[in-house]
Amino acid sequence: MNNRVVITGLGVVSPNGINVADFTHAIKNGISGIRHDQQLKDLNFSCQIVGEPQIPEGYLLNYFSALELRNLKSSGIEYGVIAGLDAWKDAGLEIPTDEPDFDSGTIFGTGTSGVDKFRIGIDIIDNGQVRKLGSGTVVQTMASGVSAFLGGKLGLGNMVTTNSSACSTGTEAVILAYERIKNGQAKRMLAGSTSDKGPYIWGGFDAMRVCTYKHNEEPEKGSRPMSESASGFVPSVGAGALVLESLDSALNRGAKIYAEILGGNINSGGQRGLGSMTAPNPVAVQRCITEAMKSAGVKPEEIDVINGHLTATSKDSLEIENWAKALNRYGNDFPYINTVKSMIGHSLSGTGSIECVASVLQIDQDFIFPNINCEDLHPEIDELIDKSRIPTTLINKKISILAKANFGFGDVNACIIFKKYNNG
Amino acid sequence: MDNDQIINDLKEIITPYTDHKEALETLTENTDLLIDLKINSANLVDIILDIEEKFGIEIDNDSMTKMINVKETIAVIKEKLAANAG
Repeated sequence: MNNRVVITGLGVVSPNGINVADFTHAIKNGISGIRHDQQLKDLNFSCQIVGEPQIPEGYLLNYFSALELRNLKSSGIEYGVIAGLDAWKDAGLEIPTDEPDFDSGTIFGTGTSGVDKFRIGIDIIDNGQVRKLGSGTVVQTMASGVSAFLGGKLGLGNMVTTNSSACSTGTEAVILAYERIKNGQAKRMLAGSTSDKGPYIWGGFDAMRVCTYKHNEEPEKGSRPMSESASGFVPSVGAGALVLESLDSALNRGAKIYAEILGGNINSGGQRGLGSMTAPNPVAVQRCITEAMKSAGVKPEEIDVINGHLTATSKDSLEIENWAKALNRYGNDFPYINTVKSMIGHSLSGTGSIECVASVLQIDQDFIFPNINCEDLHPEIDELIDKSRIPTTLINKKISILAKANFGFGDVNACIIFKKYNNG
Repeated sequence: MDNDQIINDLKEIITPYTDHKEALETLTENTDLLIDLKINSANLVDIILDIEEKFGIEIDNDSMTKMINVKETIAVIKEKLAANAG
């Protein structure tokens, strides 16, 4: 079995737009979703700016019943369910009422689930009142809570699971879902990822001093991938979701096709060589990109655009070097490269899927969104590739092939290749 | 507190947990929480917590297992109220 796999639905909950239309507008126009966070200031965080989706009062009632919302304290589940249901609706898929849809499943990743619910539960348990926890604690704090909620709401009868691989979670989910459809094990998969928000999530990174503390008074300038003045990432949160479908299934029901997935690769540097728990092994990163191209049947010179990981730490130069070496393309010959992290920060386990949505939107709507905050390009990057390859204003241009990668703690990598679908 | 009063309070407590509003409207002592009101069994513990709060009582595990229909639920509530009063 070797099915072609296409994308027929998109959903996103991002700090700069909580639906696909608003998000598209924001990334085209370089609109930042980074804001000052008084709570982090009060808690003595070094980094007091974050990217957090602005969910209006009452909005969750469109996605959850009043009963579900009663004791819901799991922001990752909230974002994931909004993005997932929006993607399903966007794909024009029915929700079965009586029988499960055994041809449809979900792989929806997260780093943790329900930390705020956990926090409440810890106080209750420590006070000897475990019986007062109620029924919601397990489903909100189990890692697979988000896929379980989505599976129930959509009546999914195929695989319903949650993957977790740090910052590569979202892209990994899309690749795993792609493989499942390609191999004929499912016709449709909802692929995506989400993350919890708040000080208990971001605190660990703040303690590692990997978040910027230099832009607390100018939040929108804080996330500076590829810039010389980059001083760490800006923590953020959100979710992205993509409906993947066999080409046959999509054509049969006349669905809109956003893009095709040609292939991908997932690997690890084994925390050997230059790799460690927190640093990527360049050999593995380059291999991941090369193997992804091989699996897609794509040559390096065919890649028009790269959607990078590019968190705004000292590792950005190394990432550019890895791409350049893997593709053997330098200077003017290097593909265009961009990242939404300049606008929304680093949404951790949510980031890969949000960026996959951004990648697919560029292919579907023929544009390359601008990078913001890199007017002072890092000299190490300037040496490797031409400035013109890092757009700082919107470019309207047809893209045929886009490579997208994320790299995560644990020395894990994921790279996926998207292509414009041209009715054949 | 008489049965009608307790039933009225129970209706209010149960409302968010059931989609079967008709069965809730016509709730009697013989109504079964799981069969007639189709309440998710996992939510029974939440209903018990709501009852405890409403009536200012504490319901032990043995009593809780009896509370599958309205009649038994009322009996347990009355018993615990009486214990409180005593």
